[in-house]
Amino acid sequence: MEFYRSHVLVCGGTPCVLEGCKGVRDALIAEVKRRGLDREVKVVETGCLGPCDLGPVIVVYPEGTLYQKVRVSDVPEIVEQHLLKGRVVTRLVGEAPQAGVVKYEEPTYLGVQERIVLRNCGVIDPESIEEYIARDGYRALAKCLTEMKPADVIEAVKKSGLVGRGGAAFPTGLKWSFTAKADADQKYILCNADEGEPGTFKDRLILEGDPHSILEGMAIAGYAVGADKGFIYVRGEYVLSIERLGKAIEQAKALGLLGSNIFGSGFSFDVEIRKGAGAYVCGEETGLIESIEGKRGEPRIKPPYPGTEGLYGKPTVVNNVETIANIPPILLNGPDWFRKFGTERCPGTKVFTLTGDINNKGLIEVPMGITLRRVIYEIGGGIPGGREFKMAQTGGTSGGCLPKELLDVPMDYFTLPEHGSALGSGALLIMDASHCIVDIAECFMRFFEHESCGKCTPCREGTARLHEIVAKIARGEGKPGDLELLDELGSVMQVSSLCGLGQAAPVPIKTMLKYFRDEFEAHINDRLCPTGTCGI
Amino acid sequence: MAMVTIDGRKVEVDAGTTILNAAKKLGIDIPTLCHHPDLAVQAVCRICVVEIEGQKLLQPACAFPVQDGMVVYTNTPRVRQARKVNLELLLARHPQDCLQCVRNRSCELQALAERFGMREIRFEHKLRGLPEDHSTPAIVREPDKCILCRRCVSMCHDVQAAGVLFPSRRGADTVVTPVFGRGLDEVACALCGQCIHACPVGAISERDDTERVWQALADPNKHVVVQTAPATRVSIGEEMGLPPGQIITGKLVAALRRLGFDKVMDTDFTADLTIIEEGNEFLKRLKEGGVLPMITSCSPGWIKFGEHFYPDLLKHISTCKSPQQMFGALVKTYYARKAGIDPKDIFSVSLMPCTAKKYEADRPEMCDSGYKDVDVVLTSRELGRMLREAGIRFEDLPEEEHDDPMGISTGAAAIFGATGGVMEAALRTVYEVATGSELPKIDFEEVRGLKGIKEAQVKVGDLDVRVAVAHGLGNAKKILDLLREGKANYHFIEIMCCPGGCVGGGGQPIPTTMEIRGIRGNALYEADRGLPYRKSHENPAIKQIYAEFLGEPLGEVSHHLLHTHYTPRQKYPSVAKAVCGEAAG
Repeated sequence: MEFYRSHVLVCGGTPCVLEGCKGVRDALIAEVKRRGLDREVKVVETGCLGPCDLGPVIVVYPEGTLYQKVRVSDVPEIVEQHLLKGRVVTRLVGEAPQAGVVKYEEPTYLGVQERIVLRNCGVIDPESIEEYIARDGYRALAKCLTEMKPADVIEAVKKSGLVGRGGAAFPTGLKWSFTAKADADQKYILCNADEGEPGTFKDRLILEGDPHSILEGMAIAGYAVGADKGFIYVRGEYVLSIERLGKAIEQAKALGLLGSNIFGSGFSFDVEIRKGAGAYVCGEETGLIESIEGKRGEPRIKPPYPGTEGLYGKPTVVNNVETIANIPPILLNGPDWFRKFGTERCPGTKVFTLTGDINNKGLIEVPMGITLRRVIYEIGGGIPGGREFKMAQTGGTSGGCLPKELLDVPMDYFTLPEHGSALGSGALLIMDASHCIVDIAECFMRFFEHESCGKCTPCREGTARLHEIVAKIARGEGKPGDLELLDELGSVMQVSSLCGLGQAAPVPIKTMLKYFRDEFEAHINDRLCPTGTCGI
Repeated sequence: MAMVTIDGRKVEVDAGTTILNAAKKLGIDIPTLCHHPDLAVQAVCRICVVEIEGQKLLQPACAFPVQDGMVVYTNTPRVRQARKVNLELLLARHPQDCLQCVRNRSCELQALAERFGMREIRFEHKLRGLPEDHSTPAIVREPDKCILCRRCVSMCHDVQAAGVLFPSRRGADTVVTPVFGRGLDEVACALCGQCIHACPVGAISERDDTERVWQALADPNKHVVVQTAPATRVSIGEEMGLPPGQIITGKLVAALRRLGFDKVMDTDFTADLTIIEEGNEFLKRLKEGGVLPMITSCSPGWIKFGEHFYPDLLKHISTCKSPQQMFGALVKTYYARKAGIDPKDIFSVSLMPCTAKKYEADRPEMCDSGYKDVDVVLTSRELGRMLREAGIRFEDLPEEEHDDPMGISTGAAAIFGATGGVMEAALRTVYEVATGSELPKIDFEEVRGLKGIKEAQVKVGDLDVRVAVAHGLGNAKKILDLLREGKANYHFIEIMCCPGGCVGGGGQPIPTTMEIRGIRGNALYEADRGLPYRKSHENPAIKQIYAEFLGEPLGEVSHHLLHTHYTPRQKYPSVAKAVCGEAAG
């Protein structure tokens, strides 16, 4: 192994790719070499670094300096100043991404958004429990512990119609009821904060902006199902989230809002943080459980489901950050209040992360069922330069790609799957007409090849083959039959993979083939890119 | 109970039965690959997927439990497509060199490809290009052939408790390997070879030493002697197309003579000798307050496991060499002298059910005759290969007898090959030597059978001798942990490395399942019942060798030739290649 005095990490997540990170990467490599630094400085393309709205993003180590919105023209200055002379290029540093990047001052935001999950984000000091309490914090927990039986709590959550916000959309109240019914000496509440979906950063911003709401929601879940122990499994890169959660836990314990005999109710609840080590598959609930247990991060066979046999074989509720953030307001305001938002089938709001070719990038919270068109043109401020919309990928890298014909489809957990896509975690990647669909497909498929855990055949081998075939098409080496093979392989992966990773990995390519097949065919048959942008 | 409908036919099974087993009851053989009847459910190959009414996803039949009213389809177009594409994906990553593969015609992947009529692989044929592991004298790993079914992982962890093999890296780079890609010689591998039985393909196999034996047989200056291990007389038949559990001792002897071995003798003879030495060692430890419980030492996989994981308990292990090594030491001393042959001209071959025996024969201390005591160890599978190549057909063979003098044995020696057999043989002798009176009942049923840990109490004179028997290293570990904690209240423990004992050894014919291990074991007990002598100390050849050569049990000659010592080893040993007669570094 070779050693370098400095590493330059270039974010290779999808949004940064769209922002031109590959050019930046190539320019960095060339400039480092030109300056004779290539034995001292290594340029590395990494996975998504997180701040997708600031791309292209690079981090220079060992200092850990994060540069944002880096252009090719900035590269000589970074190399000259930082890598050669050791001076930070301050004009490219900006402020660290924090909660509340949403621009409140714009009237359209206020008009459309309903803030349940993000009620405190950007409003309170997340490191102050007093400010959280001042905004009704821990009142829902108090209400549950003093006025409600555990069964009432579950009933209220059931009635609210809340479904899981991690992507699978399983009814939360029903999930809790399985664990509540299970007979065991120990039960657990797990908060899944291993937000690994490229382009998704909602959980990070919730954790950074309102950590107490997660602790309160978990304690309520614990009371409802009879668990006295919780773990928050946080993506390891979310340093600030981990720091603020840690502080929040200390504060809550100091005030007796966590720990033993909360509010004198006899109910006790403790929360610990567990850091993930970067595997995408650990966001899958059983992979997450294996990881907490100290094992290789791989999904388990289901059944048994975690609800009855989860962490250390005990009944376990696993809920996403956003799901849990919904719990305190639902219990405080009642299920009927919650049902006023969103749609009949899918009540409440959804937090989306807007990325790609859109003017306002960042975090938004809107009622379930809003159309893509309103999100893009009313909230997102449209596409830069007034360019033409090409497609939107909903639900993160494992989501489907929707063409302009579907701009008016209501976005909720039940309607999008009817069009081959998914709401998923709530990532929204917007792309304008200048992008080559094959190029994008190659990028997505490379991601899954890298992130497959390798356990089951269809995912381990299938992700690699999807990428291999798409990469060939992108290089102009596609052949007749490739698209049919992609389709067939994708279908088999969707129905026979062991976990959600392999089942969802073909979704983007399947939808692309459905809605943009002619572009693939042009690459194969005519060796031509209709957008004229890819390297073919 | 649950009533399920599979392919339109109803069957009632216990709730929680897997779809695979429910279908079996209807005579439907759902194809599987990562499934193994004796191992934990993996559900990773996704070959056995089936369609369940009302479910969007296909489910693995090997893992999915039935529910009352469930409607299952095992042969829909969707199911067939998924199975074939998943098989195609595996084949595209697998060397297509079946003709040169050790598992040609016993390969489960090959059988599936045949069953599915695979005529085309649409994905680019791409191997992972992983290096082979030839680091040990016993086991060869060819990771490029591995299909990542993880059966070996389950065997190595759940059954054998060695924890040597596990999946590493991820995605298409995933590989099953010892830690950090080390060779098996650099980790705490017992070399038991059970992973070979777990492997559906040729990714793990025994080191093939047949060529060295062919060469020796063809060398007119070599006097080639073979010893046949107890467990091989009930398993070699399977290599020759017979069903499991046939006692083929006589035909085996005839076959070996036809291959050209100058003398065909019997490890059973030294198994009897082991009982005399070990029985006397046990009585001595009892009498003189030696270290108890004493643990048997016949199983080289167990010895290596003990050296790695329980170096603090080595003093509990009997100092007796295994029957193979006692034979090896005697064939180049006692036999050589008796037959008037220069020991350097003797080529000593052993036929063993075991891969660890190859390692044992290579241990630097196993040269007490002044030469390498055992020159080559052949597993049952390797002998099968030689017999088939030579065109020897069992049905045409007469039954022949082993050669004298080291070919005479007792029923006590025969049962060495089954779990509990060494203990039973030892008890038969210890009782009569210690008390001077005849055993009221020769069969010790409590220590027979496939239960993981067996216990018994036997009154020998005034003493209630408490014994325990463990087979499979996972079971051994349970007893050894108790012993370490001071809670193993036994006098004498038998440990066999492999499940079922040597009949289930890592060198035995493929397939070896729990069921087959049981059948082979029963055959050994049947062989025992049919023999004229059933107690080791009644073996006339044993009396003769003490009179002519050894003097007395635990005497000076025995000490030099028949006893050994053990070497504490680390869990991540550095490799020190020691040659015959030198101490390991």
